[in-house]
Amino acid sequence: MCDSMPSSKQPQNRLAGNYTREPESVKKYDAIVIGAGHNGLTNAAYLAKAGLDVLMVEKNSYIGGATASRELHKNWIYSNASYVSSLLRPEVFRTLELSRYGLQIVPYAGGNVTMSEDGNYIGSYVNPDVSRREMARISPRDANAKVRFDRDLMRQCRFIRQFMLSTAPDPTSFKPRDLMGMLQMGKALLDLGEDVIYDMIRLYTMSISEYLDEYFEHPLIKAAKAGSGIIGSAMGVMSPGTAYVLLHHAMGDVDGTMGAWGFARGGTGAIARAMKDSFEDNGGTLLTGSGVEQILVKNGKVAGVALENGDEYQADIVVSNMTLPRTFLECMDQKDLDPEFIRRVRNFKIRGSSGKVNMALDGLPEFTAFEGNTELITGDMHVIDSVERLEIAYDDWKNGTWSKDPYLDILIPSLTDPTMAPPGKHFMSVFVQYVPPKVNGKDWTDDQRDQFGQTVMNQIEKHAPGFKDLVLHAEIRTPRELENEIGLTQGNIFQGELTMDQLLFNRPIPGYAQYRGPAKGLYMCGSSNHPGGGIMAAPGANAAREILKDIRKPNTVPEGWADD
Amino acid sequence: MSQINQDDKVKPIDFSTKAHYLTKAFRSPFYSRQEPLNHLKEWGRWADYLSPHAYTCSGIEYFAARNACTVFDLTPMTKYHISGKDALPFLNRLVTRDVSKIKPGRVGYCCWCDDAGQVIDDGTIFHLSENTYRLCSQERHMDWLMTNTLGFDVLLSEETHNVAALALQGPTSCATLKRMGLDGIENMKLFDIRHFNFEDTQLMVSRTGFTGYLGYELWIDPEHAEVLWDRLFEAGNLHGIKPMGDEALQMLRVEAGFIQAAHDFMPANATIRTGHTRSPFELGLGWLVDFKKPVFNGRRALLEEKKRGHRYNLVKLDIDGNKPGCDSYVFTKNKKRVGTVTSATWSPSAKASVALASLEAPHGKPGEELLVEIYYQKELKWSRVMAKARVVKEVFFDPPRKRQTPPADF
Repeated sequence: MCDSMPSSKQPQNRLAGNYTREPESVKKYDAIVIGAGHNGLTNAAYLAKAGLDVLMVEKNSYIGGATASRELHKNWIYSNASYVSSLLRPEVFRTLELSRYGLQIVPYAGGNVTMSEDGNYIGSYVNPDVSRREMARISPRDANAKVRFDRDLMRQCRFIRQFMLSTAPDPTSFKPRDLMGMLQMGKALLDLGEDVIYDMIRLYTMSISEYLDEYFEHPLIKAAKAGSGIIGSAMGVMSPGTAYVLLHHAMGDVDGTMGAWGFARGGTGAIARAMKDSFEDNGGTLLTGSGVEQILVKNGKVAGVALENGDEYQADIVVSNMTLPRTFLECMDQKDLDPEFIRRVRNFKIRGSSGKVNMALDGLPEFTAFEGNTELITGDMHVIDSVERLEIAYDDWKNGTWSKDPYLDILIPSLTDPTMAPPGKHFMSVFVQYVPPKVNGKDWTDDQRDQFGQTVMNQIEKHAPGFKDLVLHAEIRTPRELENEIGLTQGNIFQGELTMDQLLFNRPIPGYAQYRGPAKGLYMCGSSNHPGGGIMAAPGANAAREILKDIRKPNTVPEGWADD
Repeated sequence: MSQINQDDKVKPIDFSTKAHYLTKAFRSPFYSRQEPLNHLKEWGRWADYLSPHAYTCSGIEYFAARNACTVFDLTPMTKYHISGKDALPFLNRLVTRDVSKIKPGRVGYCCWCDDAGQVIDDGTIFHLSENTYRLCSQERHMDWLMTNTLGFDVLLSEETHNVAALALQGPTSCATLKRMGLDGIENMKLFDIRHFNFEDTQLMVSRTGFTGYLGYELWIDPEHAEVLWDRLFEAGNLHGIKPMGDEALQMLRVEAGFIQAAHDFMPANATIRTGHTRSPFELGLGWLVDFKKPVFNGRRALLEEKKRGHRYNLVKLDIDGNKPGCDSYVFTKNKKRVGTVTSATWSPSAKASVALASLEAPHGKPGEELLVEIYYQKELKWSRVMAKARVVKEVFFDPPRKRQTPPADF
């Protein structure tokens, strides 16, 4: 079969025992999408909606990628990787009819809380007066400065949000659409006013620590805000560029409440499940259980994919939802690519910095800081005192090991979502930073992975005595697991770091920011592309729009931005 | 040097207990007296505190304020205590007017701007004694005030929770206070401050208010809040005294032409969108800007604006018909859209639909005829009327009694 296709490996039909296939009967799809993560599913669903015959291939036996929920302990649903939702574009939610397929995003009531070693804490609440009162408890000045902080951040959010659900214009191109796009961006910039323009350059280049110093004085308040600046980035709170990461986490919303976060009912995987149902209802075909061995290219055009199980599928359009390095360095014949392109792909910054500990709990842990407060623990919880402690946590990463005093983003989704665990029992999701892709330059061992898990549990135990006794089962994921199981290169959760050198028309690499790969018919739709990571579905949607444009099909993909 | 008095923030609840999160809204020190009188049990929230929308009926409370007297709890209002040898130069740098003209024992209305000359808030400065002031405002400003203390020898603290305050407003307010035993109250002029011995403490009285009529504001330590309320109602019983909620206050302040932060202008420090802030000139507060002062926040930008001309005018509108023009667009007679209504009410005293509106300059000269697009519904059926309106110079309710000293007893 498919003898004419160039392939580094001779495909072997290992599963061919129960069927045979004649070369002339090989079905040719209009498009093949690789990777059933939320961006791949979004992309595939829009293509199918436009009438294309779409095949989606997924290496795992389950779908979702980093947007997956699996039952790893009986009667417990985990949000194995991504665990909260805020950035998911409502336009995508609506046009893929995700509500009809059962998806509910429920905002959590608790805001967030940061606990310090000395037993104090700073909470934030949904009601702004209550939040202000809480901040004034430890700093009346900071409570007031937050008004200015929110204003400045929201000004930048309103600018950047305009470009989320649209392709980034190329400033070097003279195509009318790029010129129009740049003009639009320029106009939006001018509309901001000069102060905001000055601020923008500073925000995009400063460290989160410096940026917070311009607003706040209390160490605990600064520590509470600084976490958002480092999540998913192999940078410290004092590294330039981390202020932007804060913006990336603030620009989302739940039902118009800017910066709010929520849970997908039924676990994060419910998002992927609804997208899959939408895709299949639009006539798409899903194939799970075998990864792509190679993207096949013939005469500079894509021809299809060869799977690890030996099967091959043909299509003139292949869309990769895999990371940039995985797509081009692992799943393509390097001879099919330009050396300059390969060099840039190799230089793409996609360092792993985080891990995940997911736990089934026999009951609700009691945090000593707030004596039975059941409201704050429904939000995201952190145990940190100061930006200095966060920076020291980063030092461990630089030294090639996981942080001994890590930054934790702790959530108990089962307090909000009754479907996650049996009544009275709980699911706890802990995002951990920093965790390096390799330990002292060597691959992780299982023993080290378990030690890392203990570090995290001990940290929580300090603030919730008796916590460890509640742990019935734990899924511990280092960057090794994130790469091997989900395919995230080096375990980077954003499929590439969110720094200015890799944003907008430079994401993922210069010249390739409009979702088109180096071979005709080859597209990229993952978070490696503009506008980046988080369960946003924007890269997948934007790529679908570009594909439909290239093949002159009517657009089925929403574009643009509804003002708040 | 400047510093925050850290002791002041621990009241009125004990933060030393870890259960402090249970208190999401504070009860005013008058709560025990308000609660039984609040027949409607409709509590709103004013900053940190529970605050009644209305006790019995906002219309009745409105008329009590215009016909007898009402008590409004203004404890939740933000209050800052400013003292030290540089208190005056500090305030003069902060606000646009000349604070040296506010003598000890006097109150002055003021507004303050950011560097771009955009209004952050308006409020009142109480000159309590030499080098000691109280600044009252709607919003909170510790960040801005602290930033402004740089280079000044002042002590700044928030005293919102440390001072209980009541506004007693209406034609029988002076008679009530006289009966309560405040000797010489009738000699207080508008914006005067006096201190009286009351029970075993000191009661501060200012002849100020937010209703545009005869009225006083009473300031006392929270421990004496309840006895003040009791004595006031005892004395006012013969003078028609009633408690009043914020619904009636809104009607009264629009009639009186008073603007309010977040209703008639956006505080500049909280405004996200370009062009949504206002300068003092654009709010009709040009009279508060004193360019004779060599330095104050926003001076350079405001001088520039004075030359260039301003973008908006905040005006009072007298609207034909009986529908209040809430949230309405304002058009010229040629149907060109020139602004929006920011606050509106039916004025029971003037028997007119009255409003405050922000219009694009040069519109808004007194006498200008405009149209206000009002949507209203009767029994679920919606109608729209383009009501004729006139820009008026005078406030809608401005009886001479407001300034009379001594005022009449009723």
